[in-house]
Amino acid sequence: MIKGTRRFGALAIAAAMIVTACSSSAATTTAAPTATPAPATPTAAMASVAVSVAPVATPAPTTNCVTGTITTSGSTALQPLIQDAATAYAAECPGATITVNGGGSGTGLSQVLAGSVNIGESDVLANTKLATPDANSLVDHVVCRQGWIVVTNLDVTGVTNLTTQQNQDIWTGKDTNWNQVGGPDLPIVLIFRPSSSGTRATFKKLVLNGMTEATGGTTLTLDTNGAVTTAITTTKGAVSVIGFSYYNDPTNKPLLNGLQLDGTDATIANVGSGTYKLAADGNLYTKGDATGLTAAFLQYMVGPEVQGTIIPKDSYGPISK
Amino acid sequence: MASLTSAYPTSKLRAKPGLLERLDLPRRVVFVAAASMIIVVAMLMIFIVWQGTQLFVKDGYSLGAIFDAKWDPLADTPEFGILPFILGTIVVTAGALLISTPLSVGVALFLSEVAPKWAKSIVQPALEIFVGIPSVVWGWLGITVLVPFLADTFNGPIVISLPIVGTVFSMPGFLTGFSWLAGSLVLSIMVLPTITSVSYDAFRAVPQELRTGSLALGTTRWQMIRHILIPSALSGVLTAVVLGMTRAAGEALAVQMVIGNSPTLPEAITQPMTTLTSQITLDMGNTVFGEPWQDALWTMSLVLLVISITSVVLVRVINKRRMGS
Repeated sequence: MIKGTRRFGALAIAAAMIVTACSSSAATTTAAPTATPAPATPTAAMASVAVSVAPVATPAPTTNCVTGTITTSGSTALQPLIQDAATAYAAECPGATITVNGGGSGTGLSQVLAGSVNIGESDVLANTKLATPDANSLVDHVVCRQGWIVVTNLDVTGVTNLTTQQNQDIWTGKDTNWNQVGGPDLPIVLIFRPSSSGTRATFKKLVLNGMTEATGGTTLTLDTNGAVTTAITTTKGAVSVIGFSYYNDPTNKPLLNGLQLDGTDATIANVGSGTYKLAADGNLYTKGDATGLTAAFLQYMVGPEVQGTIIPKDSYGPISK
Repeated sequence: MASLTSAYPTSKLRAKPGLLERLDLPRRVVFVAAASMIIVVAMLMIFIVWQGTQLFVKDGYSLGAIFDAKWDPLADTPEFGILPFILGTIVVTAGALLISTPLSVGVALFLSEVAPKWAKSIVQPALEIFVGIPSVVWGWLGITVLVPFLADTFNGPIVISLPIVGTVFSMPGFLTGFSWLAGSLVLSIMVLPTITSVSYDAFRAVPQELRTGSLALGTTRWQMIRHILIPSALSGVLTAVVLGMTRAAGEALAVQMVIGNSPTLPEAITQPMTTLTSQITLDMGNTVFGEPWQDALWTMSLVLLVISITSVVLVRVINKRRMGS
C-alpha cells in the first residue's frame, strides 16, 4: 500500500511539473494555416499545364508583412499589449509567428542581450540595469506610454486623492494610519512589488523621489498582479500600485479603490497630456538594429492600427509625437 | 540429493545467451542511465557553486557582508546581507515540523498499529490525494482562506497576563494575516504525507516478534508502542523528519504566497517575513544575468544546496547508526 503512495507521489510530481510548465504564460500566435497554400511542386505530368498558385489572403496595404518566427520576453506590465499586437499582426500577415513571453524586465534585457529572444520588453531604461557597454549594444524602440495607479482596499473610505507628499509619508512609514490622510482609523498596510520590479522602480523614482521605503510588519511584497489584487481585496487598509491595464480589467475594478495623484485622475488622457506623472515609456529593445520580421513588427507597433485601436483598448497611452 | 545437484555442471543449466546478452546491452543501458544521472547532478553542483561564488570572486563581497541582516540591493553601494532569508527559512521550516511531526507520526502509528482494515482503506487514499495536490493550490487556499481568517480572528495584540506576575507574554496581533504562522501552517500540510509514509515504513520494519513478545509480557498496547516500537523505529522516524525538513526548506511557491516577503528578521509568528526560496523567485525575473544582485540570488541557491546536501548526509548518518545498532 505504501508503495502505492510513492507511485502516486511520482505521478503528482510529474503533474505539478506540467502545471508549472503551463503557467509560464507563453503564447504563440500563428496565422491560420489555410491562409498560405503551399505551392504545388510541379511534377513531370503537370509540367505542361500552367499551374498558378494565387495567395488567398491579400495583406492590408498599410501593414508591412514579413514571414518568419520571432520571440519576445520581458515586462509583464507590457505583456498584454504585445500579446494583442502580435495576435493582430499574425492575423493580417500569414506566415508570421510571434511568440510572446513574460518573465520580467530583467529577463527581457538579459535574453535580448544574449540573443535568445529577438525583442526584450522593459519598463525601465536598459542603462539602469545593464553595464554601459552592454546597454549601448541594445537599440531602444519606444512603443507606448504606460501609467500606474495607487489603489487601496475598499474599506479605506473617504480617501480619493493622495498628494505626492502624502504618498511619501505613507510609503516611507511616517504615516501609519489612514486617519492621518483623511481616512478611517485603520492601520496602513503597504503592498510592494519586489524591489527589482520595473513598477516599483518607476514609482520610487517619480513619486518617492528615491526615498527609502518602509520595511517590517506593516509591509508585504508580492510579485504577480493577481497576488497583489487578491491581497488588496482581502487585507484591510492595504495600498499598492498597479498598472492601468490591470486596474481597468472589469473583474478587478469593482474590488479596488483607485486614487488620484495630486488631484489628477489616473487616465490615459492625463498621461498623454503629461498632467498625470506616474507614467513611463514602454521600451522594446533589440540587439543592434532590427531586421526582417522584428523590424516589421516594431514598425507595426507604432503604426495606426496598434496606436489607434489596440493601445486604447488595453489602457495604454499612444507614444507622444 | 544435495550432492547430486551440486555435481551437475552449472554451465549446462544456463540458457544459451541471446544476442542482447552477448553484446552485453542491458548492462550498458543501465550503466549509461546511472552515469547520465551522476553527470547531471555533478554539472548542476558545479554550475551552482560557480555562480554562487561570483558574488565573492567577481563582485568582491566578503563572507561577512553576506552573513549580515541588511539587504538593500538598490543602495549606492548595494548590500546583500542574506541572514534574514536564511533565518526565515530555518524558522518557517522549524514551525512546520513542530506542527507536522506529531501529527504525521500519529497518523503513521494509527495506520501501522491501530487502524482496522476499513479505516486504513480511508486514510491511505486520503494521504495519496494529499501528495497529489500541487503546491500552488495550497498557496492559493492559504491566501484566500487562511490569511484572511488569521487577520480577522486574531487582529488585536496577543497578551498573556498572570494575576501577580503581570504580563508574561505579549506579541503584536496579525495586522494582515500574511505571516510566519501562515507559512508554517501551509508547509506543515505539505510535508505531512512525506513524514507519514516514511515513518509508516519505519514502524512496519520493526519485527513482529518484538510486538508479540512485549504484549506477552503483559504490557498494554500503548506501553508496547511507547517503550518498544518508537525506540526501535526512532532512526527511521528521524529520517522521515529530515526528509520533511528538506521538502519544507525547498518549497517556494506556496510559502511565497502567504508569508508576506518582508525582507526583515522575523520578530513574532504573527509578522510577515521572508525565506531564501521566496526571495529568489521574487527577484529572479527582474534582475539581469551577471549583475551583483543576481549573483546574490545564486549565492542564496548555493546556501539551499548546502542545506539539502547537509540533510542527505544527516539521513545517511542516521541510517548508518540504525544498521550499526
